[in-house]
Amino acid sequence: MPAEKISFDYPVPNTLLIKISGDWGIAAGLPLADEVTAQFISHKDIQQIIFDTSALTKWDSGFVAFLFHLSRECSHRNIRVMPDGLPDGAQKLIVLASKVNEKVMPQKPRPEPFLAEIGGQFLQLNERILALLNFLGETAVSFVRLITGKAYFRRDEFVCIVQRCGADALGLVSLISILVGVILAFIGAIQLKLFGAQIFIADIVGIAMARVMGAVMTGIIMSGRTGASFAAELGIMQVNEEVDALKTLGISPVEFLVMPRVLALVIMMPLLTLYADFMGILGGFVVSTGFLGINRVEYWHHTQSAVKLTNVWIGLVHSVVFGIIIAIAGCLRGMQCERSSSGVGEATTSAVVTAITSIVVATAIITFICQILGV
Amino acid sequence: MEKNQQPIIEVRNLDLSYEDYDVMRNLNFSINKEEIFVVMGGSGCGKSTLLKVFIGLKEPTKGEVLYNGKSFWEESDLEQQEIMRRFGILYQGGALWSSFTLGENVALPLQLYSNLSASQIREVVELKLALVGLSGYAGFYPSEISGGMRKRAGLARAIALDPDIVFFDEPSAGLDPISARSLDDLILQLRDTLKATIVVVTHELASIFAIANNSVLLDTDSKTMIAMGNPKELLNNSKDARVIQFLTRGERQGVV
Repeated sequence: MPAEKISFDYPVPNTLLIKISGDWGIAAGLPLADEVTAQFISHKDIQQIIFDTSALTKWDSGFVAFLFHLSRECSHRNIRVMPDGLPDGAQKLIVLASKVNEKVMPQKPRPEPFLAEIGGQFLQLNERILALLNFLGETAVSFVRLITGKAYFRRDEFVCIVQRCGADALGLVSLISILVGVILAFIGAIQLKLFGAQIFIADIVGIAMARVMGAVMTGIIMSGRTGASFAAELGIMQVNEEVDALKTLGISPVEFLVMPRVLALVIMMPLLTLYADFMGILGGFVVSTGFLGINRVEYWHHTQSAVKLTNVWIGLVHSVVFGIIIAIAGCLRGMQCERSSSGVGEATTSAVVTAITSIVVATAIITFICQILGV
Repeated sequence: MEKNQQPIIEVRNLDLSYEDYDVMRNLNFSINKEEIFVVMGGSGCGKSTLLKVFIGLKEPTKGEVLYNGKSFWEESDLEQQEIMRRFGILYQGGALWSSFTLGENVALPLQLYSNLSASQIREVVELKLALVGLSGYAGFYPSEISGGMRKRAGLARAIALDPDIVFFDEPSAGLDPISARSLDDLILQLRDTLKATIVVVTHELASIFAIANNSVLLDTDSKTMIAMGNPKELLNNSKDARVIQFLTRGERQGVV
């Protein structure tokens, strides 16, 4: 038991003898330094400490940590520690630990006062907005350079990005879109059944998917899938100083890394959205004809007459806007990533949150504009 | 130094490979208790792969590694964990967990594998950080300190549980000569005070000559070890041109 490992004696006035015995290992457990401190409080006349370690069987750095703590405590109280009775190795370790290698003792910055914190946050917000505008400007310039044929980026890599954010996402987009179609059909069926107008499920599913749901669902999938991957990829490149290497070679990282990603998503999002529209309508078709007893040909005709080309165009406008938002959010957060593993995590989270929030806001704005234009 | 000629690690007929690509063949050597053993070799010769085998992260293709007579890869998972708990490892970049402070980095092994109270753990952490010259830095995050300090903090974490064997992966890589030298001194002091066996993987000649009691030289072309012994003695006595070239940075061609 720890209590048996340490005992105190006062062989000479003003001198505390600490008798140490047994196993003093990290694994075996250590007595608390408080026991010694209690002696300092009860005997205020202690001027020096001596040790008797003849009964000490085993020790490791746990023992040394105890002594180290004790010696610091003693120096605060102006008590001398006589290390003679300690094992040789322990004495050496204490000497080694007592050397202060860092010339300047560290000062951790103090937390700012509340108001300064708020002011700081506001200034940071300002900086962030400027950084965003700067980034958007650079991206725009790189697109101008692309159009004029001056942009420098690797075509092979661009094709890979297109594949990763296009073809590779088909499985997930199919699953989610079919299910959205199915859900819309079931929800519509409950209401429309009351009026015997179940055939209008075709209209609901068709218009909803083509006009907004196809694009929104694809946008959300792609934010989580591709936006996050862009942020993590560029974030790790930032951590590994790959971005710095590009800059020093005179290559614009925005042109080389960001522009191909934005372009790839802007190309693939409309295609994925069209595919999602079709899959959603298919989901509605399966439910309506399979479970709700609607005639297949009738459903198909209804869908054809309900879904106007305008609806499809509005969906495509959504998808292009979402593509830009997702790619920009992912790349911006990746490029702003701090150089640490938690920085990459924050960049990824922030990319997805920014993208999804912006998608919802953009949808509201586009819907509002469509309302004003009457389309 | 007083030599204790009892092997703590024995490598027998060890072959290392990545899938179909052979990295090293037929390694045979042993490492004695409380010595500083250096694994030397050029870049890409398999030093780091060998280190991975030592620390239990990679299974060798053939052969065995014995710790105190126990063949590591033939032991049960539980026994392997037990052996690994006696290791301390300093990775090349320090490998500190970036979301933990230095104090928390050093405290984690103690929280997992000791019964100490929180205040005692704090005392041990304070000591370990002081031993590597970072006293007062417990509240700092790895991103707030320099590369050399990160390495020393990594060392404080490696010695948290008073390991029997401390492995160092390229300890001087990325350090200025003075920091590299002070890390070498620290390695020597820790060996003398903690009584640990130290295995260093490096190709830094200055470090090798400063700290090594014993060493093995791995060769990329022949894919095996070509020399073993104290590096200073190897430099004076070896007849192998490759050994002399390595130990003199190619300045002396050696006797062929």
